[in-house]
Amino acid sequence: MGSAKYDRAITVFSPDGHLFQVEYAQEAVKKGSTAVGVRGKTCVVLGVEKKSVAKLQEERTVRKICLLDNHVVMAFAGLTADARILINRARVECQSHKLTVEDPVTLEYITRYIAELKQRYTQSNGRRPFGISCLIGGFDFDGTPRLYQTEPSGTFHEWKANATGRSAKTVREFLEKYYSPEETDTEEKTVKLAIRALLEVVQSGGKNLELAIMRHGQPLQMMDVERIDEYVKEVEKEKEEEAEKKKKK
Amino acid sequence: MECILGIRFNDFILLAADTIDSRSIVVMKHDVDKFFPLSKNLLMAVCGESGDTTQFSEYIAKNVHLYKMKNDYELSPRASANFTRRMLADSLRSRERYNVNLLMAGYDEVEKKAELYYMDYLASMMELPYCAHGYGSYFVLGCLDAYYKPGKLPSGVV
Repeated sequence: MGSAKYDRAITVFSPDGHLFQVEYAQEAVKKGSTAVGVRGKTCVVLGVEKKSVAKLQEERTVRKICLLDNHVVMAFAGLTADARILINRARVECQSHKLTVEDPVTLEYITRYIAELKQRYTQSNGRRPFGISCLIGGFDFDGTPRLYQTEPSGTFHEWKANATGRSAKTVREFLEKYYSPEETDTEEKTVKLAIRALLEVVQSGGKNLELAIMRHGQPLQMMDVERIDEYVKEVEKEKEEEAEKKKKK
Repeated sequence: MECILGIRFNDFILLAADTIDSRSIVVMKHDVDKFFPLSKNLLMAVCGESGDTTQFSEYIAKNVHLYKMKNDYELSPRASANFTRRMLADSLRSRERYNVNLLMAGYDEVEKKAELYYMDYLASMMELPYCAHGYGSYFVLGCLDAYYKPGKLPSGVV
């Protein structure tokens, strides 16, 4: 295949304009466990699929939702080791920004920083791109909730709700169908929407999901397993009721 | 030179500072805030060269915060004080030293005790029951030597 000649070095374009290493990085992202982000009116919710840990493994050392600053939280899909590097650089940049301009970073600024960092690695000799897609959520200091997504290529966009990782397409289609400003005007509805979206592709059960809620002016809240289980039960009940209604028709 | 002083009691520390910024006979500002909180349990009082004080304190504060972001728990007062001392020492024999004297007060949640650190611009550091910087120290230290008791606030001491 012609691509075999053009996918060795990152800095080489293929004749039809592809950067194969970047596209392979996106494949690596598709192998990672699903992450979903929903922007509500009063909160931003990030949820991830928790991969089952081996019997002897300590569960708490697997972290896929990370705090970048008091008001910025990030979830990712893809190579965890790559993510660690990006997160460290982003955390330093958040503090550095505060030191120089006395203001906390805006979501757009830190997303742009991460995206620029990723892009640099698609245009350097001897380096490979970062194999992760990040969902960055939080509140700007004027109180506006925001959700951004970055890709291995270094592009970033703002989203109302999005998913990345394994089966991201299914989750995104679900969100496109069910997301609306009315469905996310309270915190509870936003959380439920995020859980419902994740449950499309994740095995049901509180211990398979990790959920974080970011509110304006408050520290990040990681939902505990009991609460997630409650929501999951509610969601399942609603699903059953809907299915029954359809049968009756 | 401006005066800052600190007294350590069993569960808390009192830090006091004047609010004057002056050069010899000219008082440039009389509402200066010389306290810099580093975290929920750490407070720093700084005096010395104007400008250096703010720059250095903000740098330390942001680094302490970065540690918390990276590691999910805060630096202990002892670790923060030693980090600050290290920053002072590194700057001492470099392009331009930070001309700041400071007192760092912290409550260690793990050890459950209050700690007061005295640091000067030459990067010397000591954990002390009471200390002061500036001309005020000449007056205050004698008084504290005579009357200091860690257990209670002596009545009539300002």
